[in-house]
Amino acid sequence: MTGRTVLTAEDIRRAVGRIAHEIVERNRGLDGVVLVGMRTRGVPLAARLAATIQEFERQAVPVGALDIGLYRDDIPAMELRPQIRPTEIPTDIHGKRVVLVDDVLYTGRSIRAALDALIDFGRPASIQLAVLVDRGHRELPIRADYVGKNIPTALNEDVQVLLEEADGRDEVVVMPVLSEVEGPVLNEGPGEGER
Amino acid sequence: MTEEQPRAGGAIAALDKQPVWNRHHVLDLDDFTPSEIEAVMETTDAMMEVLGREVPRVPALRGKTVVTLFYEASTRTRVSFELAAKALGADVINIGASGSSVQKGESLYDTVRTLQAVGAQMLVMRHGSSGAPYLVARHVEMNVVNGGDGWHAHPTQGLLDIYTMRSHLGDLRGRRVVIVGDIAHSRVARSNIWGLTTLGAEVVVCAPPTLLPYGMRPNGSPLEEPLALPRVDVETDLDRAVEGADVLMALRLQLERMTSGLLPSLREYARLYQLNEERLARARPGALVMHPGPMNGGVEISPAVARSLQSAIEEQVTNGVAVRMAILYLLARGKP
Repeated sequence: MTGRTVLTAEDIRRAVGRIAHEIVERNRGLDGVVLVGMRTRGVPLAARLAATIQEFERQAVPVGALDIGLYRDDIPAMELRPQIRPTEIPTDIHGKRVVLVDDVLYTGRSIRAALDALIDFGRPASIQLAVLVDRGHRELPIRADYVGKNIPTALNEDVQVLLEEADGRDEVVVMPVLSEVEGPVLNEGPGEGER
Repeated sequence: MTEEQPRAGGAIAALDKQPVWNRHHVLDLDDFTPSEIEAVMETTDAMMEVLGREVPRVPALRGKTVVTLFYEASTRTRVSFELAAKALGADVINIGASGSSVQKGESLYDTVRTLQAVGAQMLVMRHGSSGAPYLVARHVEMNVVNGGDGWHAHPTQGLLDIYTMRSHLGDLRGRRVVIVGDIAHSRVARSNIWGLTTLGAEVVVCAPPTLLPYGMRPNGSPLEEPLALPRVDVETDLDRAVEGADVLMALRLQLERMTSGLLPSLREYARLYQLNEERLARARPGALVMHPGPMNGGVEISPAVARSLQSAIEEQVTNGVAVRMAILYLLARGKP
């Protein structure tokens, strides 16, 4: 199982740093800004963005975790490892500027589900989207406001974002899609369902 | 975000830790693996979060039709399945034995085939005959959930009891769970015994010998008979059974299932087997008091114990909705 590394740990660190600055710039500060990470790997990314912002703005940003499992329209039949976890939104999002954070933007279906899930918690003033990787192949009219890196991919490729918090190391790898019978796919969880 | 701690071993190790679910029906807990119970518990956590929202409704089962078919009376099980299905966005149809074609003599087989033919995808059923849901599951494509069959099984009750215990005690391995009352006629006891022993809990059943299942004998009894249940401690003296218990679960004395002659009198039963304050005091401090309901107040449990701070009885009912949401959700995402 070999893949090509498209982002190293250092690349990821820089991308997170740049997005953090862009969020502050675009929102002219942090008034009403709430970061919401999409499970699984959007959550540590959102936490890193918040930590980075805290470093240079000296201000804490609320961070939430969103599970879109109950809102998906593309649940693969017989997925053996279902995993939904509680959604944790730390603050009333009514009137807030919510920044959704995910690892990979692909078809856009996860984001569609996330928008539905988020709006069940209130009516934000705006929702923005930050992703570490945009790999193209959109099936819905959805775009990201903040992108770590655009990575052109083929449909038979899989983008795997590995993060220290979940996987023990930081790396983004592109590899050929493994069929279910050949073995487990690394990037499990809601973010991966867009295959 | 507690699960986002750094973890050695990489993604594959993380994946292995996720529970597996590959089930089309939920008929009993006798064949559940620890990993499957884990899947239900984790999913239930997420459902509890949904139920805590201002508008507790998600679209996970939108477009699905869930039928509850109850041949026996029920309040909490039927209502909590209905609330669970609705919270997941499903359409729900409730059918009781009276008021349906069952009254005209339609067979169980024909009834469930009809429900399937009109488009139901999931069937929750309760029946007075042990094994009835197994017969149905063999003849329909629908997901079948056993909402209680005769004396045999009540898996969602077992799961909600386990969920309730775990939310107070954490890991149940080695925990002493005493189930007291009419074990012989209790599907709740059987499903709890299966689920709890699978998780490594130390299960003690306590009842007068006449209310023990056929083949189950008190500790130290010389006769060994085959028994379709896992090995558990059997105690006929409740005062001894409650010593050091982490959980005390009283069962309803099933008056409607009792042919006469099993008990001398209700008063004597209450004197010997009632969960009261004196006995609660002999259990571990803070021990959990549970009852699957409905209660015969003053018979198997004293009102003071049922309403004490240690009582989780109302919590069981609340958790029941979330557990049933988890079961419906997990089944719906299985085979199409």
